[in-house]
Amino acid sequence: MSDSTGQSALDTFPRLLMHHARVRPNRPAMREKEYGIWQTYSWAQVAENVRAIACGLAELGFKRGDRLAIIGDNRPRLYWSVAACQCLGGIPVMLYQDAVAQEMAYVLQDAEIKFAVVEDQEQVDKMLEIHPEVPFLEHVIYDDPRGMRHYTQTLLKGLDELQEMGRIHDRNQSDFLNGEIDKGASDDISVMLYTSGTTGKPKGVCQTHGAFIAAAQGGAQFDRLSEQEDILSYLPMAWVGDHLFSFAQAMVAGFTINCPESGETVMTDLREIGPTYYFAPPRVFEGLLTQVMIRMEDAGWIKRKIFHHFMDVARRCGAEILDGKPVSGADRFQYWLGSMFVYGPLKNVLGMSRIRVAYTAGAAIGPDLFRFYRSIGINLKQLYGQTETCAYVCLQPDGQIKLDSVGKPAPQVEVKLADNGEILVKGPMLLKAYYKRPDATAESINADGYFMTGDAGFFDEDGHLKIIDRAKDVGKLTDGSMFAPNYIENKLKFFQHIKEAVAFGNGRDFVTAFINIDLEAVGNWAERKGMAYSGYTDLAQQGAVYELIRDGIEKVNAELASDPMMSASQIKRFLVLHKELDADDGELTRTRKVRRNFISERYAVLIEALYEGRKEQYIETPVKYEDGREGKIAATLRIEEAKTFPARGARQAA
Amino acid sequence: MERKFGEVVIDLQNISLSFGGVKALTNISFDVRKHEIRAIIGPNGAGKSSMLNVINGVYHPQEGRIVFNGQERREMEPYMAASQGISRTFQNIALFKGMTVLDNIMTGRHMKMNCGLLSHMLHWGRAQKEEIEHRKKVEEVIDFLEIQSIRKTPVGRLPYGLQKRVELARALAAEPELLLLDEPMAGMNVEEKQDMCRFILDVNDQFGTTIVLIEHDMGVVMDISDRVVVLDYGKKIGDGTPDEVKSNPDVIAAYLGTSH
Repeated sequence: MSDSTGQSALDTFPRLLMHHARVRPNRPAMREKEYGIWQTYSWAQVAENVRAIACGLAELGFKRGDRLAIIGDNRPRLYWSVAACQCLGGIPVMLYQDAVAQEMAYVLQDAEIKFAVVEDQEQVDKMLEIHPEVPFLEHVIYDDPRGMRHYTQTLLKGLDELQEMGRIHDRNQSDFLNGEIDKGASDDISVMLYTSGTTGKPKGVCQTHGAFIAAAQGGAQFDRLSEQEDILSYLPMAWVGDHLFSFAQAMVAGFTINCPESGETVMTDLREIGPTYYFAPPRVFEGLLTQVMIRMEDAGWIKRKIFHHFMDVARRCGAEILDGKPVSGADRFQYWLGSMFVYGPLKNVLGMSRIRVAYTAGAAIGPDLFRFYRSIGINLKQLYGQTETCAYVCLQPDGQIKLDSVGKPAPQVEVKLADNGEILVKGPMLLKAYYKRPDATAESINADGYFMTGDAGFFDEDGHLKIIDRAKDVGKLTDGSMFAPNYIENKLKFFQHIKEAVAFGNGRDFVTAFINIDLEAVGNWAERKGMAYSGYTDLAQQGAVYELIRDGIEKVNAELASDPMMSASQIKRFLVLHKELDADDGELTRTRKVRRNFISERYAVLIEALYEGRKEQYIETPVKYEDGREGKIAATLRIEEAKTFPARGARQAA
Repeated sequence: MERKFGEVVIDLQNISLSFGGVKALTNISFDVRKHEIRAIIGPNGAGKSSMLNVINGVYHPQEGRIVFNGQERREMEPYMAASQGISRTFQNIALFKGMTVLDNIMTGRHMKMNCGLLSHMLHWGRAQKEEIEHRKKVEEVIDFLEIQSIRKTPVGRLPYGLQKRVELARALAAEPELLLLDEPMAGMNVEEKQDMCRFILDVNDQFGTTIVLIEHDMGVVMDISDRVVVLDYGKKIGDGTPDEVKSNPDVIAAYLGTSH
């Protein structure tokens, strides 16, 4: 047994886990809502369970260096499986649980998976479906036995049974697992996270214990995280963000992670737990705000008046008060009143009363959205990072928040810019390699040991990093001016009625865009106006909706006109798509990023129509339903023009 | 699907039921075996719902014998059905619209509550313990039917498909031996139907509940039932496995019409 309690020896996750089980055995390590009640597991219980799973896996023949696939929602037992795999010196590989079987087959083949721990019957069915393609898959272990009674396949085993096997094994030879944990080293690979595959096939990013511990420690010190924090774990386990916040940081700081009851109950669970530390992509914050706004619109006029009055106060001085900047006494008094009547209750409804630090990342966040949360006193900050850097490159320091930057380089991280504006990063949190892809590894890490992020950006006068776009997406219009599609799309998406946007313009005379409306927001708007519509496609093609969208686009154009670098990128023509862009159809990645090339091939007809100046265009699109059946959506799409503005702004181009 | 079925749970022998001069059921016999899914089908007005009402004691047939669990049954009142382990759902949803999902399902436990009114009002001692027990059972049902997210939502605000699921939950909360489902899938879209099918099969599989269901969607019936009874104008015209029934000329005639 590694009885070393010194900080220096805590250099792998299994050692950290055993350390917590010794130092704070009775503190809650995990909670899960089940049967309507929050069930708590202490660090000692977690350690005991992890040991049982590890020994069970060993009994089945799991060896050092083997990969363990883990597929499912955020369940404690799946997190335990991650830790158990690491105890044995194995490499956990988390997969996106909503991926279709065929997408899983690729990762399973690539990572040569022999063992998989999956959540339930749904995932078991996927494993059985692709088993012929991944013949080396030997064991599929399921967490939830429901509906599994008639499955007789020999490769299946219940996690309960595995744990029981493991407990007996651990009792008989307790030295075995301690020995395995002792064999672990800081530069062993602790986890393999697959990139979302925005470009080409997903790649397995191999991260070491040392890298993730460094990133987690840096972040924990930066925000002074203690064992008292509570975090809600509801983002896909396969995402680097969840692994950093719900696994690595919890293991380092010893705080509590909380697993929601199901995907649909997250809002309720959030309110019940009241996390102190929170992480969500912008779309979650946006969804919450939209819900609040919709409900406020339906409130009585007195309530509405009070709400809007104090939201104006918050907009004026809330963010300044949070940042500790000077604010007049009168405004302070107003804000204090607002806290009692509006912000306090509102934060309570959002489940954010106790939040000390909240982060957002993964996509750009709208300035209005960002400011809203900060103005009601929620310390929402941005961070920047990618799978290859353990999601740890830049963080916004408390009190120095800028809406359009991602903050300063985090402790121990070095950031510099290449000549073409690409952001280069170096530090202890860099990936060890891409799995079985030395070519890709060599391509992404330059001779000086910097990781090339592929993002283009620049530092502002205060040393804060600003991101413009993916370096390779930045193109040129025919007149030679810069075209940064993501930058434009993000500005469009900040409007609540626009859910997704895709901008085109590289090598063209002007910029055009596809728009996806937000069904909830636009539907509500239509209802208020008494418009009848039969569904998404119908609503999207209504003239009034085009008016609404055009309004938004013209506002973006006005903003772009004031930026000398971007004034040529104003959107001249646009259309509203007849269907939602969907990851199941390959149009988005599982993390909801637009797959630009795929879309421009699939909708080539529409792009041509935009540039040829047609008024409408007929299109037929094959779609995949959730149950795997295929169908077709056909529609004639209107194409309309938007007003553009003459370039303004005295500022010189940077 | 090859499955073994147990002994006869309920045996209906020569049942005839009439309302005044209208003959609803004429001389019908069939049985239901343990663990099976038994479907009753037939055109509108064939007497399907009347048949269910005979089984759970709402109607009393003028002729015929009902043997339930080996004992001949006489003049049973509907409330006695529940205590004998028979639960049902209704063709037109019969839930308390203003109450939450949780409270609605709790009413399904009514039969199993033993404490008096006073101790329940005080929520003290044995009553409190009892309520916790019942809540636990109800939570298991909620988990089983995956309706955690609407636990505290008033039923009236839910879409139709979910209301149907809540009704099934209430029936299940009574831990029935025999579950009667009256058109569980009427008015549902394809996805809701698929969900419901899966739940019915899961209930049958996990709890071993015997199920008698009335359904119009032939695809569903042929997929999930073990045996099917076909009624037409109050008479039995077919009985057997889905395949046997499908090829029965009388059934085909009743459904497709014949040229006389």
